Amino acid sequence: MTEIGQSSARPLPGRYETPSALAFLGYAAGLVIIVWCLSGAGFSFDKVAAAPPRFADFATRAFPPNLEPQVLARLGAKMVETLQIAIAGAVIGVILSLPVALLAARGLVAGPWINQATRTILGFIRAVPDIAWALIFVVAVGLGPFAGMLAIVVDTVGFCGRFFADDMEAAEKGPAESLTATGARKIDVVVCATIPAATPAFISTSLYGLEKAVRSSTILGLVGAGGIGIELKVGFDLFDYPTAMTVILMIAAVVIGIEQLSGWARARIIGEQR
Amino acid sequence: MRVTRNSTISSVSDPALETRPAIPAAPPARPDPGAVAGLPVRPVDIEARGLGRQFGETPVFSDIGFRLARGESVALVGANGAGKSTLLRCLMGLIPVSSGRVSLLGTDPNTARGPDLRRLRARVGLVSQKHNLVPRLSVLSNVLHGLLGKAPGPRHWSHALAPRASRAAAMAALDRVGLADFALRRADRLSGGQSQRVAIARAIVGDPEVLFADEPCASLDPAAGEDVMDLFFRLVRDKGVTVVFTSHNVDHALRYGDRVLGLAGGRLQLDATAASLSAATLRGLYD
Repeated sequence: MTEIGQSSARPLPGRYETPSALAFLGYAAGLVIIVWCLSGAGFSFDKVAAAPPRFADFATRAFPPNLEPQVLARLGAKMVETLQIAIAGAVIGVILSLPVALLAARGLVAGPWINQATRTILGFIRAVPDIAWALIFVVAVGLGPFAGMLAIVVDTVGFCGRFFADDMEAAEKGPAESLTATGARKIDVVVCATIPAATPAFISTSLYGLEKAVRSSTILGLVGAGGIGIELKVGFDLFDYPTAMTVILMIAAVVIGIEQLSGWARARIIGEQR
Repeated sequence: MRVTRNSTISSVSDPALETRPAIPAAPPARPDPGAVAGLPVRPVDIEARGLGRQFGETPVFSDIGFRLARGESVALVGANGAGKSTLLRCLMGLIPVSSGRVSLLGTDPNTARGPDLRRLRARVGLVSQKHNLVPRLSVLSNVLHGLLGKAPGPRHWSHALAPRASRAAAMAALDRVGLADFALRRADRLSGGQSQRVAIARAIVGDPEVLFADEPCASLDPAAGEDVMDLFFRLVRDKGVTVVFTSHNVDHALRYGDRVLGLAGGRLQLDATAASLSAATLRGLYD
């Protein structure tokens, strides 16, 4: 073996590859697109430089947050409602996602046309933001948390349906082949081999879906779909920054708490098998 | 090298073979309604004619032909990439053939569809190289899944739902592989050898007429591999089951096979009785 420090007769390879003309054009085009996007987004160093004093002014007016007992009681009740919307919506969404994912997963129970049609619908659901779904359901079922919950259900189906399908497609094929070889029906193979093999991934995706639902549900109130979001909007509209800050801190605490809980549950349920 | 069927190549002494444990000889075949008195003709369980398979433009094998009689134990040997596993799956209809025909228990699994195909497969068992158990389920549930071909539906999805007779059959199969005490243990808590035993129990619980085994001990250490092969053949030989197994182990091919088929260069280069072959001859397939 050549020792470190000894030189080889062979010339050393270059540290970097010289890009081809086509690759160089690709990099240049990418750079132009980024600059174009920054321009479209109104990026301005002047505004960035001017922001800290304004932010400091907001912080001065927002702190200390409003911790009056009646305010905390009102915001606490809204926070509970937010969690109810998120949990109910996520649970129903996860349950509905399973049959939808079976239709979307290639090579399981449905043919390629159904797979593609289901995936297209799921893509459409994901393309529409959760706040837009909330607006649609406010129109459909009226103001209140029920509209928010329906928005979370649809949003969760779009997310979990797609990833459950991917998880089942990626599940180990060996057990399914062994059951197919015994003459088992497709549905029996899916229930007995594919779904159990994909279960750890389902749990992980579902917990992430719950975290996403909690984050979403905190802003659905902005469009009248229930939850604590309406308190945030009213706080800013009335320049009641201490109360708005209380809302922001409550949302942050709950979202971080749910993420911690979800991480703990993921480790407990899935453990080293993931 | 081309060795014809039932060739009489003189055997070369192999010390490894001389120390082999006794495996029960193949029993008399199941009653053959077509047999003529005085002429014991065993029915053909598997027949391949002009069988070919290619992936894209790449041929794996072509023009494969053989007939396997009922109760015969056949070793399929060949180097890596020779197409043993693909051929095995083509015989079961798990992979479609590109050309030729297969007859498995009188039915072509490549043209059979729906319930006909499932009924055919319910008469067949498969033991894979990797045990292919469902890790999160109990051992007993995994064995019960071997009955799904004959009794489909939710009652055989889990041991908690299964009818008493099915549970009893699964426990009997586990008992035969010596793992009845592990029935409620999760499959992913078993050793490699135990897992392969459970896979055997799953394959035999439905009393198959034909068993396919794809390198059943390749993922096991030598001692566990010997145990699994001995157990497997003890269980199937006394029932007159037709067995087709692939193996890289020349000793196993000669010890457990009545007949050896050798694949090389995409062709069937060897078809001979195990008794007429030597280990050296088989190793020639790997050159």
